[in-house]
Amino acid sequence: MDRRSFLKSSLSVGALAASGGIAAPAIAQGAAKTLKFVPQANLANFDPIWGTQYVVRNASVLVWDTLYGVDSNLEPQRQMVEGEEVSSDGLTWTFKLRSGLKFHDGEPVLAKDVVASLARWAVRDPMGQMIKAIEKELVAVDDKTVKWVLSKPFPKMKFALGKNNTPIAFIMPERIAKTDPFKQISEYVGSGPMTFAQKEWVPGAKAVFEKFGGYMPRSEPASWLAGGKVIAIDRLEWVIMPDPATASAALQSGEIDWWETPIPDLIPVLKRNRNIKVDIADPLGNVGSFRLNHMHPPFDNLKVRKAVQMALNQEDFMRAVVGSDDSLWQPLPSFFTPGTPYYTEVGGDALKGARNLDAAKKLLSEAGYSGQPVTCLVAQDQAPLKAMGEVTADLLKKLGMTVDYVATDWGTVGQRRASKSPPGQGGWGMFHTWHAGADCATPAAYNALRGTGDKAWFGWPNSPDTEKEITAWFEAKNAEEEKAAMGRINKAAMDDVIYIPTGFYKGFQAWRSNISGVVGGPIPFFWNVKKA
Amino acid sequence: MLGFIARRIMSTIPVMGFVALFVFSLLYIAPGDPAVVIAGDQATPEDVERIRTALGLDRPFLERFVEWSWRILHGDLGTSMFTGMPVTQLIGQRLEPTLSLMVLTLVLSIFVAVPMGVVAAWKAGSWIDRALMGFAVFGFSVPVFVVGYVLAYVFALELDWLPVQGYTSLSTGLWPWFENLILPSIALGCVYIALIARITRASMLEVLQQDYIRTARAKGLGQRPILFVHALKNAAVPIVTVIGIGMALLIGGAVVTESVFAIPGLGRLTIDAILRRDYPVIQGIVLLFSFIYVLVNLVVDLIYMLLDPRIRY
Repeated sequence: MDRRSFLKSSLSVGALAASGGIAAPAIAQGAAKTLKFVPQANLANFDPIWGTQYVVRNASVLVWDTLYGVDSNLEPQRQMVEGEEVSSDGLTWTFKLRSGLKFHDGEPVLAKDVVASLARWAVRDPMGQMIKAIEKELVAVDDKTVKWVLSKPFPKMKFALGKNNTPIAFIMPERIAKTDPFKQISEYVGSGPMTFAQKEWVPGAKAVFEKFGGYMPRSEPASWLAGGKVIAIDRLEWVIMPDPATASAALQSGEIDWWETPIPDLIPVLKRNRNIKVDIADPLGNVGSFRLNHMHPPFDNLKVRKAVQMALNQEDFMRAVVGSDDSLWQPLPSFFTPGTPYYTEVGGDALKGARNLDAAKKLLSEAGYSGQPVTCLVAQDQAPLKAMGEVTADLLKKLGMTVDYVATDWGTVGQRRASKSPPGQGGWGMFHTWHAGADCATPAAYNALRGTGDKAWFGWPNSPDTEKEITAWFEAKNAEEEKAAMGRINKAAMDDVIYIPTGFYKGFQAWRSNISGVVGGPIPFFWNVKKA
Repeated sequence: MLGFIARRIMSTIPVMGFVALFVFSLLYIAPGDPAVVIAGDQATPEDVERIRTALGLDRPFLERFVEWSWRILHGDLGTSMFTGMPVTQLIGQRLEPTLSLMVLTLVLSIFVAVPMGVVAAWKAGSWIDRALMGFAVFGFSVPVFVVGYVLAYVFALELDWLPVQGYTSLSTGLWPWFENLILPSIALGCVYIALIARITRASMLEVLQQDYIRTARAKGLGQRPILFVHALKNAAVPIVTVIGIGMALLIGGAVVTESVFAIPGLGRLTIDAILRRDYPVIQGIVLLFSFIYVLVNLVVDLIYMLLDPRIRY
């Protein structure tokens, strides 16, 4: 107990004693059941289908449950379903719900709720859209059974319904799930392990979740989104703190219990405090991205893209992002997440070994580059992007390229990157972003890797070879086929320079030592977390 | 007096109308798109376009402005594009912390700065004057966030006397409310104290040269009544003016202070809304701040009349 808490408690006990009350122990007990958590960002909206920010997803896993959930091996496991049947031709999926599932308003979870929820999700989710494109029928057979009939087999069905990438296929009551997927819901009723205290929600400041007494956890041990989600606290308060120094001080003084994203600069201070534990937040980390505009000069020319790829030194980028701590980054001659089952470096030679600036300059010259400015959109309000942007400006200048450095904020980058106009007319040449490692483990939810030309993600790369191999991955019948397809995808995407990975990096999380049960993962998992 | 107040209130209507048009136009031409932020990083351009349509962002400027103005005239500031909550509700949630911070800072600043300025003028040229004005220069020069971090480090982390961050509503109790605001008020008040102290000193120096002060001294009046009754009242008009003008400074400073001390006030709401391009919220807050500023100016004018009976409007 710190000095101020002691003084406060003493005063409270004194006041209670003076008023004849004897409930002093209850104060301490009540405080112990409330966990105060500082999330990565503000929970500005709370519709995981309408708004697909990670912070919304992270809050939503508390309130809404899923039919399946991926475990720490990224394997989908049953969650709300008791079992499933797949027809021998792979065209009909039949899901049976577990008994006793209840929404927070006390109503039972029925098959019609599942149907409406999946229909809304499928409009917004890339995998959902793939299923929707081959859907013949999605119906509730009875209160507990849902049938999804397809015109083509979709072997990744369980992964699609249990993945942790946004948007997740959350199950909502039918009346809520019938909301237009492009409009926000206003009622937050789910069947997850915690309820959302809507009246206490102050966007930008606080969000409160309370233990749902009617939740029926599975009997298996918890592993990420799978297994028994046992809540060991009564109340969870998300406290929004935009300033890292304030969050650090609040954690040290015990005003908060858990900080999701401490910045690297403050880690040494936190590590020195014996009341604080620090560990890697997400072993799947992040993939840094140098995103090029394939539609306009100079990056519409493959040789120019190759020249930058040849000169780019990932170590420069990673040190700018995470500092001197070598445990936080590693080179990444791949588009995929290191440490995941299907990770591959096939075709990644272009990013390996010593960098050759002279050869890159020669290639640039062969490409006929004649000084066209490269419009670099650099978000100054996102520390990793600002750091990478500065390294890029230096790199391009060393290559002899003309840099038009646009220092702006992420909101403006978000808008401008959607422009297909030439760079001098409101368009752009390159920008930096990062992709969550969990999204890059496979091509399943990896929009940034697609090479579908003007239908592709920003930058609009056109790579028929990559697309051919992604299709092969989706159709793969076993792990070997999947692994082989991923190698070919990596090679094709490297050859066409869909984008340039700037490295793989991780971040820390920090919590008070009286908290136990914290696990690393792409989402802060609150089940089985205890506060002493 | 009542006629003057009525005229002044009426005159705020065109001012507010101009502010409304200016803010709406500025946001319309500013880069950034809330639909992009809502849709998230993985969204396709088609998704973004559908969200824009659902939010009505694809409609022409004039149509949107007329609709927004009509709603404003009916007291409806609109709905946040992100939270789906009415802007009035969002502002209502954040008003108490910001007002608490501003009022406490104002009171603290006046009670510290005015005596500082008076004493500095009284002891003009002495080491006391130089020390006080040196402190004022320090208050001007050091940014609010630096003062905030230093205060939090010393009084919250090292000494553990006060909380690092947060806000507790006044309804919870006077001390919990006050203890959360002590450090932010001092941090925010530093620059304000410096400003008021310097103006007080300058104004007092001028008044202390006047004949009636010499007469007061000659007839044997004590130093305290001369300074605080005769001189200060006559030096008060510029001080009140600066306090009024300084409200804008407070509003700006509150944005930083609320971030440093994690106070869920209007300042942080403003920053969040700007970064997300939540147009209705930005428009609502700017209108509110403009209204507060106009109101403060009105109060300042009324105080002039109380301080100097020669002033009439």
